[in-house]
Amino acid sequence: MPGLGTSLGRGAATNYQQDLANSDCILFMGSNMAEAHPVGFRWAMRAKEAGGTLVHVDPRFTRTSAMCDVHVGIRSGSDIAFLGGLVRYVLEQDRYFREYVVHYTNAATIIAEGYEDSEDLDGLFSGYRGDRRTGRYDPRAGQWGYEAAEGVIPEWAGAGPEYRMFREELGMLGHSLEAGPQMYSRSRVESTGELAGGPASDPSLEHPRCVFQILRRHFARYTPEFVADTCGCSADELVRVAELLCSNSGRERTSMVVYALGWTQHTTGVQVIRTAAILQLLLGNIGRPGGGIMAMRGHSTIQGSTDLATLYDSLPGYLPQPCADESHDTLDSYVRYEGLSTGYWANYRKFIVSLLKAWYGDAATPENDFGFGWIPRIDGDYSQLPYFEAMSKGEVKGYFLFGQNPAGGSPNAGLHRAGLRNLDWLVVVDWFEIESANFWKDDPGTPPPADIRTEVFLLPAAAAPEKEGSLTNTQRLLQWHDKALDPLGDSRSDAWYVYQLGKRLKQLYAGSTDPRDQALLHLTWDYDFDEPPTLPDGSVSRIAGEPDLEQVLMEINGYRVNERDPATGRPRLVGGFGELEEDGSTACGCWIYSGVYPGPGRNRARERRRSHDGIEAEWGWAWPHNRRVLYNRASADPAGNPWSERKKLVWWDASLGRWTGADEPDFDAGTPPGYQPPPGAEGLAAIAGSQPFIMKPDGVAWLFAPGGVKDGPLPVHYEPVESPVENLLHPGQHSSPVLRYLENPLNRLAEPMSPEFPVVATTYRLTEHYLSGPMSRFNSWLNELMPEMFVELSPELAAERGIVPGGWLTVRTPRARIEARALVTRRMRPFRVAGQVVHQIGLPFHWAYAGEVVGDNANDLTALLADPNVSMHEAKAFACQVEAGRREGNRAEPTVRSALTLHHGPAPDTPGAAQPEGRFGHEPGA
Amino acid sequence: MSAPPAVGPERCSGHWDFEIELPERRSGTTGAKEAGGVSMRARASSTSMRRLVAPGAGPGPRAASLVWSTTPLAEAVLMGQEPYSRQTAAKHSRLRGATVTEGVCPYCAVGCGQLIYTKGGQLLDIEGHPDHPVSEGTLCPKGANAFQLAVNPHRLTTVRYRAPYADHWETRPLDWALDRLAERVKATRDAEFAAQPEGREDNAVRTIGSLGGATIDNEENYLIKKLLSGGLGILSIENQARI
Repeated sequence: MPGLGTSLGRGAATNYQQDLANSDCILFMGSNMAEAHPVGFRWAMRAKEAGGTLVHVDPRFTRTSAMCDVHVGIRSGSDIAFLGGLVRYVLEQDRYFREYVVHYTNAATIIAEGYEDSEDLDGLFSGYRGDRRTGRYDPRAGQWGYEAAEGVIPEWAGAGPEYRMFREELGMLGHSLEAGPQMYSRSRVESTGELAGGPASDPSLEHPRCVFQILRRHFARYTPEFVADTCGCSADELVRVAELLCSNSGRERTSMVVYALGWTQHTTGVQVIRTAAILQLLLGNIGRPGGGIMAMRGHSTIQGSTDLATLYDSLPGYLPQPCADESHDTLDSYVRYEGLSTGYWANYRKFIVSLLKAWYGDAATPENDFGFGWIPRIDGDYSQLPYFEAMSKGEVKGYFLFGQNPAGGSPNAGLHRAGLRNLDWLVVVDWFEIESANFWKDDPGTPPPADIRTEVFLLPAAAAPEKEGSLTNTQRLLQWHDKALDPLGDSRSDAWYVYQLGKRLKQLYAGSTDPRDQALLHLTWDYDFDEPPTLPDGSVSRIAGEPDLEQVLMEINGYRVNERDPATGRPRLVGGFGELEEDGSTACGCWIYSGVYPGPGRNRARERRRSHDGIEAEWGWAWPHNRRVLYNRASADPAGNPWSERKKLVWWDASLGRWTGADEPDFDAGTPPGYQPPPGAEGLAAIAGSQPFIMKPDGVAWLFAPGGVKDGPLPVHYEPVESPVENLLHPGQHSSPVLRYLENPLNRLAEPMSPEFPVVATTYRLTEHYLSGPMSRFNSWLNELMPEMFVELSPELAAERGIVPGGWLTVRTPRARIEARALVTRRMRPFRVAGQVVHQIGLPFHWAYAGEVVGDNANDLTALLADPNVSMHEAKAFACQVEAGRREGNRAEPTVRSALTLHHGPAPDTPGAAQPEGRFGHEPGA
Repeated sequence: MSAPPAVGPERCSGHWDFEIELPERRSGTTGAKEAGGVSMRARASSTSMRRLVAPGAGPGPRAASLVWSTTPLAEAVLMGQEPYSRQTAAKHSRLRGATVTEGVCPYCAVGCGQLIYTKGGQLLDIEGHPDHPVSEGTLCPKGANAFQLAVNPHRLTTVRYRAPYADHWETRPLDWALDRLAERVKATRDAEFAAQPEGREDNAVRTIGSLGGATIDNEENYLIKKLLSGGLGILSIENQARI
C-alpha cells in the first residue's frame, strides 16, 4: 500500500467510516461505495443529509452516482489526468491551504539540482534506464533527493511502509517480475547518513527548485481542456468538481476522498493514489475530521492480512522480508540498511528483535543474531502473478490455498488454471467445492482429468461463526468474533489446519541437524488451550487440537520474556509498542498491533462499549495504539490550536502540558508544538512539534516523493497499456515506462490503439455477489437476486454491433473470449476522447464454472500486467472487442443443484441459555 | 408477577409463519407508553387481529412445536389481562432462549456487526448488531446471507482427495490427510534442498507457495506466515492484497 505510505507514512485509510458524516464534500472516485460497501455508505448519506455535497467521478453511472449530487463520467484509466486537473486548479487559482502546506508538507523543501521532471523529458524522469516500456528508475542517478542545507543528499528513501522500494534500482522488494539476485545498489547509511544541516527549504515557496514550484510546473499542462480531451468529460465538469472541493476545504471545512479498487487495479495505481494524496494535502484535508483518504477495501481482513504479512516481501508490521544480499546478511546490517535515524522508524531494531523472539523464543539469543539467519531470504519476485506464471511452466511443486480462488478470481484466470494443472500437489481449504478445487474436472476449457497430475487435498473449512479470531476492517479496526458453535462434520478452522500441520512437521523433522531445519525445530508452536475450550452456551467443544487464538493474539501484542504476570503465570504482556526493547527482553509478533492485548483478560479487539461520541474508542481497537484518525496532529495549527472550532479533533493543552482531544493523538503526547529538534537528534526527538507525520524521516508529508515509489517522484498521466487512444500529454510515452509484463503465450497483449480491440472494458462488483463467487454462488438467496453474468453497454454501442437488450454478446481479448447477456443501458455512454468516440463496457467479475449458477468469467479476459511497485494488475482498464451472439466451445454447467429451501430442523426446545430474542445483553424479565 | 413486555411500536413479529398486528395502532391511542405497557387489555374490543400464514406453512411440525411457556405475556393471559388465546400468547420468536454471540460479517471490509443465535448446538439465525457503531444493525444482502453461508447443503463436511490423474474425488479421514500432507511438504522441501548446489544452506523454499489470508482471521494469517516462512522457509506467501 505504498500510495498512501509513501505520501503520508502508513499504507492505510487515514480516517474511519463514520467520519464520512463529518465531511462537507466527499469525492468518490474509483469506488462504487453504495454498491460495494452499502452499509458503510450510510455515513456518506449522513453527510449529505447534513448539507454536504457528494461527487462521483466514474466511467459508469452507478448506484453511488444515483445518490450523489454530481456525477462526472470519465474513461477508465484516465484518473491521473482528472486528478491532475484538480491539482492544477488548486495551484493556479491559489486555493491551497498555505499555512498547512508550508508547515505540514515538503512543499518548501528544495530538490537537488540534477533532478529533471517528466515535463522536460517527454514523460520520463531523470534516472531512467531502459526502453520506455519495462525499464526502471535509479532515483539516485536521477537526483530525486533533497538538497541538504550543507551538501547534497542523494536520496531520502523511507523505511517501513515504503519498504517495497528503497532498492528501486534492483526492482527488489518491488517485485521486478524478471528480478534476479541483483538486489541492492547501496546501503541505507549511504543514502540517509549525511543530512548535514537537514534538508534545505524555502518557506516562501518561491525557490525554483522547491517542491511547490516543481509541482506547479509539473501539473501546468493539466488544463481543463486537456482533462476534457483525455478523460471524455467536459472542461466545465472538471472546474465544477474542483470548485466544490476548494470551497469545502480550509480551516472551517473539510473534504474527503473515497477510493477502492477502481483506482488500484491499474499499472499506475499507486500514482493515482499519490495524486489524491497531493490534492488532499494541498487542500489541507489530511489528519482532520471529515477529511483524509478513505481506502475502501474489499475483504474482511485484507488490511489485517497485509499488516500481519501473508506477503512474500514483508514481515509482520511492515518490516521488509530480508533479501539474499550482503546488506541483509546480519541483523546489524539489516537494521542499518532498513532502519531510519529520524522519525518513528528509528525503533526498527526493537521491532525486528521482538519479532524474532516471538518466533524463536529461547533459541533467539544475541549470540545467534536472535535467529535472524533462519528467516528465508528472497532473491526475486515471489508475488502471485509471476509465481503462477512459473507454475504454469511446471516450476512449482506444492501450493496452499487458504480461502482464495485464483482459478476464478485472478487476472488472466486461464493462466492461473494452467498453473494449478501443473502442480504436484495442491491444498485447498474452503467451504465449498470451488473452481480452484475442481479445475481438473469442471473447467470447460480443460484437458481430460487423465492428463492432469495434480494431487488435490480439499479440506473443509469452518464457517465464520464456527471459529474465533479477529478481523481488521477498512478503517484499521480490529474486531474479535467469538466462536458460536463447533464446525460442521470434519470441517476445521484454517488455524487448526496450520497448527496441526506444524505439529506434524515438527515431529517429522525432529532430531534433524541440518541447519536449514533448525528454524522449524526452534519455532515456538504451543498454543494449546489450558483447559478444554467451551462454547458460549457452556458446553465443551468437541474439537480436539484447536489452537487458542487468544494466546496467538497475546503473542502478536507482545510480552516481556523474563517477567511473569502473577495473576496468570504467563509472561507479562506489554501495553504497547513503546515498551518494546532491542535486547531480546521483549517478544512481539507484530509491533503495530501492540497494545491490542495489554493485560490479562483485556482483549481490546473484543471490547464492545459504545460511547456515542463519534470516535467510539472502546468498540474494538484500531492500530496504531487505538488512533482513529491518522496524523491527527494536523487537525491543529502549527501552534497547536484547532484550525477551527467546527473541525477540532486533537490540540495542545498548555495547562496540562500535553496533546488532548477526542482522539488518541497520533503524535508524542508530551511534545509541545514549539519543540525544535537539536542538531543530531534521532528518532522521534528529531521531529519538530509542528511536524505531524511522525513516520516520515522529515516529519512532513511528501508531495514530492524522493523515494518510496518506483515509477517516479510525481504522478504522470500514462495511458493503460491496452488503450485505444494515444497519450495526449506525452505522445512519445504511451504507457508507464516501468510497468511489469509477463511474457507468456497465454498472456498476449493488444497493441496500443489497436483497431482490432477498440472498446475500453472495466470489471466491477455487485452488491449481491462476492469476488469470484465462492462465498455467493453457492447461496440460493443471492443467486436468486443476481442469477446471471451480464455486460453493461451503451445503446450506441449496442446499435453499432446489432446487440439487443437481453440478447447474447461475446467479448474478446487476446487472452480469451467470453459470452454474456447484454444489459443495454443509458448508464453507460460513449466518451469523446481526442476527437474520436470511445466506447466503454462494464463487466461484473462474479461468475465462473462452480456453484449453483455458473457463467463465463470476466477475469479470463484480463492480462498479467502489473504496476511496478506492488504488482497490482490492470483489470480496470483493458481493450476488447464486442460482438453480437454467443461464443463457440464448451460451456460450464452448474456443479451443484440450487438449494432454494434450507432444510434444517425446528429450533431445539432447550432451556433458555442466555437472552430472550431481540437485543444482546437483554435480561429476561427486565 | 412481572409486567408484560414492552412490545414493538407497530407490530410484533412472532414465529416466522405468523404475524400479529398489535391493537394500539388500530385503536388510535397513543399506545403502550401511555397505557403503562398493558394497552392491549383495555382496547380488546376494538382489536382487529390478523393472522398471516406463510405460503406452504400449515398445521404441521411447526404447529406441533407450540408449547405453553411461562412468558410474561402468557402469564398476563392466564390472569385474564390479555385478549389473546393461550396459543397466541405462547408464540414467540424462534430466537427466544437462544445463545447470542457477537460476530463480524465475513464479507467486505466495512466490518458490520452481527448477532449469531445458536441453540442446542444449532445455528438459528444471524442478524445485524443494532449497537454496532458502523452498521447500526443493518446488513447488506451479502451480510444478511451469512446464515446461508454456514447452514448450506453444499458445504464440505469431509476431506475430499483427488489422486493424480484420477477422475473422481475420494473421501478421506482428517488424520490421513494431515499425515499425508505433512509428508508431501517434507518430501518436496527436502527434494529442493537436495537439488541445490553444494554449500547452499539457506532456509529458502522456492517450489512451495501459499495464497490467501484476506478472508480468514488475523491470527490465522500470523500462524501461516510464522510456520511457512519463519519455520519452513517458504518464500511465495501471498494473499489478496496488492496495493
